[in-house]
Amino acid sequence: MSGADTKRLPDPWGKWIDRNRPIPFTFEGRRYTGYAGDTLASALFANGQLTISRSFKYHRPRGAFSFSGLDANSYVQVVDQPNVHADQLPLTDNLEAHAQNVWGSLQLDRGVAAGWLARFMPVGFYYRAFFRPRGIWQLWERLFRRSAGLGRISEKTLPGYTDKQYLFADVAVIGGGPAGLSAAITAARSGASVVLIDDAPELGGSLNYARFQRQPGEVDAIRTGLVDQVKRSANIRVLSNTTCTGWFADNWLSLHDNNRLFKLRAKQAIACTGSVEQPMVFRNNDLPGVLPASGAQRLMRLYGVRPGNCTAVVTANLEGYDIARDLVDAGLKLSVFIDMNRTPLDPGAWEWLKSRAIETLTGCTVKEAIAGPGMRSISGIIVDEIDVRTDSNGTSRRISCDTLISSVGYAPLAQLVCHAGGRLVYDEAVHSLRIDACPDNAYFAGSVNHRYQLESVLRDGESAGSVASKAAGYDAATPPGDQDDYAGDHTVNHPWPIFPHAKGKDFVDFDEDQTVADLQNAVADGFDHPELAKRYSTTGMGPSQGRLSSLNAMRIVQRFNNKVLNGTEVTTQRPPYKPVSFGLLAGRNFQPERLTPMHAWHLRQKATMMPAGLWQRPAFYGHPHEREEMIVAEITAARKKAGLIDVSTLGGIEVRGPDAAEFLNRMYTFAYRKQETGRIRYLLMTDDAGSLLDDGVACRLAEDYFYVTTTTTGSDSVYRSMLRRIAEWRLEVDIVNVTSAYAAMNVVGPKSREVVRQLESDIDFSRDAFPYLAGRQGRLCGAQVLAMRIGFVGELGYELHVPWSSALPIWEKLVRAGEKLGILPVGVEAQRILRLEKGHIIIGQDSDSLTFPGEAGLGWAVSHKKGYFVGGPAIAHMNQAPVSRQLTGFVLQDPEGPVPSECHLVLSGDKITGRVTSVAKSPTLGQVIGLAYVAPEQAISGADFEIKVKHGIRVKALAADLPFYDPDNLRQQL
Amino acid sequence: MKVINCPLNGPRNAQEFICGGEVKRAPTGDDTDIRQWADYIFMEDNLRGVVQEWWCHVASGYWFIAERNTVSDTLLRTYPSEDLIVHPAKPGSGPEPEAEQ
Repeated sequence: MSGADTKRLPDPWGKWIDRNRPIPFTFEGRRYTGYAGDTLASALFANGQLTISRSFKYHRPRGAFSFSGLDANSYVQVVDQPNVHADQLPLTDNLEAHAQNVWGSLQLDRGVAAGWLARFMPVGFYYRAFFRPRGIWQLWERLFRRSAGLGRISEKTLPGYTDKQYLFADVAVIGGGPAGLSAAITAARSGASVVLIDDAPELGGSLNYARFQRQPGEVDAIRTGLVDQVKRSANIRVLSNTTCTGWFADNWLSLHDNNRLFKLRAKQAIACTGSVEQPMVFRNNDLPGVLPASGAQRLMRLYGVRPGNCTAVVTANLEGYDIARDLVDAGLKLSVFIDMNRTPLDPGAWEWLKSRAIETLTGCTVKEAIAGPGMRSISGIIVDEIDVRTDSNGTSRRISCDTLISSVGYAPLAQLVCHAGGRLVYDEAVHSLRIDACPDNAYFAGSVNHRYQLESVLRDGESAGSVASKAAGYDAATPPGDQDDYAGDHTVNHPWPIFPHAKGKDFVDFDEDQTVADLQNAVADGFDHPELAKRYSTTGMGPSQGRLSSLNAMRIVQRFNNKVLNGTEVTTQRPPYKPVSFGLLAGRNFQPERLTPMHAWHLRQKATMMPAGLWQRPAFYGHPHEREEMIVAEITAARKKAGLIDVSTLGGIEVRGPDAAEFLNRMYTFAYRKQETGRIRYLLMTDDAGSLLDDGVACRLAEDYFYVTTTTTGSDSVYRSMLRRIAEWRLEVDIVNVTSAYAAMNVVGPKSREVVRQLESDIDFSRDAFPYLAGRQGRLCGAQVLAMRIGFVGELGYELHVPWSSALPIWEKLVRAGEKLGILPVGVEAQRILRLEKGHIIIGQDSDSLTFPGEAGLGWAVSHKKGYFVGGPAIAHMNQAPVSRQLTGFVLQDPEGPVPSECHLVLSGDKITGRVTSVAKSPTLGQVIGLAYVAPEQAISGADFEIKVKHGIRVKALAADLPFYDPDNLRQQL
Repeated sequence: MKVINCPLNGPRNAQEFICGGEVKRAPTGDDTDIRQWADYIFMEDNLRGVVQEWWCHVASGYWFIAERNTVSDTLLRTYPSEDLIVHPAKPGSGPEPEAEQ
């Protein structure tokens, strides 16, 4: 165990770690120890392991940079989970982590050779190189797949628990830093309900580590005061460790913690998302040991880790003086302090540093970092005057150090505001990006709004909180200030912290290993717009999404283009702000299922179930290996004796009102005005274009009252389109979807009358009293029933619609009554064959979105004399046009030969003329029968045609009249 | 996700609604040319600007009219369809033959 303490600073440094709770962990198989409160990255840094990843293209060693989960340098693999930010991952007992994108080992990576080959891999390399000769890409692709992407996923990983929650707020505040805290407090004080979202474990944001040009104790006191006020506010809900990844229309915010996705609807929302410190561009600026000031301050104050033992500081702002004071306060050695300004920005502090025998320079910059062994650290820097080119014999000088801290500016984290519709443009007044236009009901405050002095930040937060709560309908006590005034604030950004080096490796984008020369070449190749240069060079397209590179990249692209930087709009920001795991999007993965009242009975009978829409239906009653024989047995029972079919899944709609018959007349193709009460008619629905949509039956229960059935999958859409038509036509009719109120069962077969009559009922089921296509209302076994005599499978049969709760007892009584008569329950498979034998088409299987009634043999179901109905004009037109295809029945010439499947092609010579839509071996007829679309001449009874089945084999089929079974329809009228 | 103000149910998430397309008037009269029908069925005006559309709150099956700016994708106004279609259509009174089966 290497002593974890040697690199730690004493209290009060390291306020988030608990030194009494050491935590062992491993990284790349080596054992280390950190403390509770550490992140993996801080613990590794404390142990001297600065390198935690290899870069994407050149496999250069990289260490955590921002220490706030904003850059891809900190990506590691934790067991099965790739792309975990090591600088946000809390250290836990025996945590096991590995480096990603490594060939060989993290310490010695073979892929580093790619770095030496860099000059052969110019920008746009992939687009320009691997496409010739034809087909070569397939070979290259294999290599690229191995080197592309980050991390590994395991196919064996069991899904963890993730879920979703909906939240509502008057005011949402994104970001728990000083601006966010004061905005939340102000809004809550007005009475608004507030949700405060913060991605850190502790509220306070920069108040936790930054100095704000004060003594650290003062900042701590301010933080404690604000956090206490937030915690005391009953109407502030704090979501810590929670990231907001998207800001969608009407303030719909997507948030997530580790395992929950929140969807927050806020009346008003305030982005207090802060800003991210930008890297300085010089040669080797990517090496471990080069840190931004805020990263170093986080290391010291939060985790008590020394950023280095001999540190150089280069800065253009007061925040750079702050980190210098911190280093001195912590007793760490400063090798040099460089103020890039011509005269010291803070003369007092300047003298104070000088008095401590620290070398101080003005008007200078770092032009290069000197790599230590294996490029895993730095051993010094090359310093020069800002205006002098590196390759001149200037005044450059080498200064030894093991760490370089830069503080040259920030970029606002305005991605979320841009999602909401805001515009982000370059503003010379602040040498940075500024939110130019903000959508309605959205506000922003704090450093995202270029406030950097603490009073100014707090005032800006209060002001935004006050405006937002007022807009949400609450009276705020604090009057809003002027949002556009940042005159009193100090500038933090250096106008041009970019120092290209003749030998390159001056990185603009760490994720994608893009240098200044790459961007220069992209512009030279003609990609002169920032959006184009971004895509061609991939700068800003890595996991950090340009958070650390967009600002410098747009500066460089515009300069190479000789275009004005001021007012240039930044490349488009799109959700998600940070990657979101698929597990969070999937949530609990509910699979809704609808079950009929007989479901448990089916299962007891060992039925093999199948899905039909959301419904579960019995396919056949038996084990899967008994499939064929059970289907034959069920069909035989239905044809010879009796069968019982659960059709509770059929839709049911009640249609009432003076215009009920007129309404059906217009909705369906048939005519219903003269339909007698107690009679049943077929229903066929087409759309405006005359294409088949749905079918069913209508039973007229009274002059102004019909009961209408729909197909299993059609009930919702039929009901919805009926509602639309009622609104359009303004007919006096009311409809109710009673699908889930009534269950239904079909008792079919020559013995079905004998079965039904055994049940106690006030309905006369005799042949004369209850003829074919009659409907009777009454009672059955004490329950309300609507019995309809229809030819569902072409046999004598009764479709019984009963209240859901009465269905199972009636079903069981029917089974008992039919026991001696040989009744069998009949599943969907047998039902389909039974109906195919009768030539009944299944809409959606035997029809497509262009099938009109005439070509499906349903011309008889269309009334041409009743006036307008939906699809009527189109059908009338198509009936006059020449027919190009016809749905026909067919039988196979050789019943023992290969059997076609649905969608196998119908041929005429070598010409495709149609396709098979349904096919089955009919046990009743001893033949293979089916339905197919064919050319009109192939549909003439007895015409033969070929069907191309599997392996290109052609089988001969004969067109047959429908129905195949009982052509005179006598059996259903028994 | 947008919020849509349903005249029946109040403000609800857009995912609870479906759009039923532009409000358009079907051709009338028995001798309407099939081209007029084809235009009605297949052609949308696809206007740039404020359009009248049918929208349905799916959970309650309620159809209503929305006025939407197709450029800014903002819903300006929603109201019951009765406010737009004031006169009930006269139920057809043509002769009806007995259907055969």
